Amino acid sequence: MVDPKEEIVEHLSAMRAFAMSLTRNSALADDMVQDALVKAWTKIDTYKPGTNMRAWLFTILRNTYYSHHRKARREVADVDGEMAASLAQKPDHDGRLQMRDFNRAFDQLNDEQREALVLVGAGGFSYEEAAETCGVAVGTIKSRVNRARKQLVEILQMSDDEVMEATDIVTTGIVTNQKNVA
Amino acid sequence: MKQDRKLSSLEQEIEANLKRVYEDVAKQEVPDRFTQLLEQLREADKASSEKANG
Repeated sequence: MVDPKEEIVEHLSAMRAFAMSLTRNSALADDMVQDALVKAWTKIDTYKPGTNMRAWLFTILRNTYYSHHRKARREVADVDGEMAASLAQKPDHDGRLQMRDFNRAFDQLNDEQREALVLVGAGGFSYEEAAETCGVAVGTIKSRVNRARKQLVEILQMSDDEVMEATDIVTTGIVTNQKNVA
Repeated sequence: MKQDRKLSSLEQEIEANLKRVYEDVAKQEVPDRFTQLLEQLREADKASSEKANG
């Protein structure tokens, strides 16, 4: 039988992706994956062969996050937030949702909503697997995912409206100037 | 009607961006530090089992 330890490597990319969606910072994410890797390796006897290894690894990852890295994320996230705020926002011509807007909205979700949404919406986890990974009831995961989606829609609709208003002001300004010329 | 259409396309874009955020990282090559770490862990296992076997 293959040593389950050697299966861990197959999940490394997914672990990095999940860590990144929790921390939203690549240096922190990789530190977290490193800690989780060592923990998984040394505690491999707590893994039941034949069960979902990715879910087991993600559980270790999120425990690492909540016990050590969450505080660091807050400190880093503030710096990122200030930087983002100082960047000028360009209105979007074709109305397509820009990745930067999405990222900013995604950052505003709380940790529990973000992880539920990522597991189900991107990681391919079933509600049941996500619930097991996060150690909560299936209904809790469902409501976190729903609330997260709803909140993203609200934030993004709001930023859409702001862009519209800004465009209106500019347009009004141009029209007024033209009137003055005439 | 128009409002509904706008909402559902926003929802679709949210789903697509969510997947993109995750896939962008998942598709990256795993940094060397992790392959090196796994190598170190394997070496440590070997050393400790050799010690145990005398």
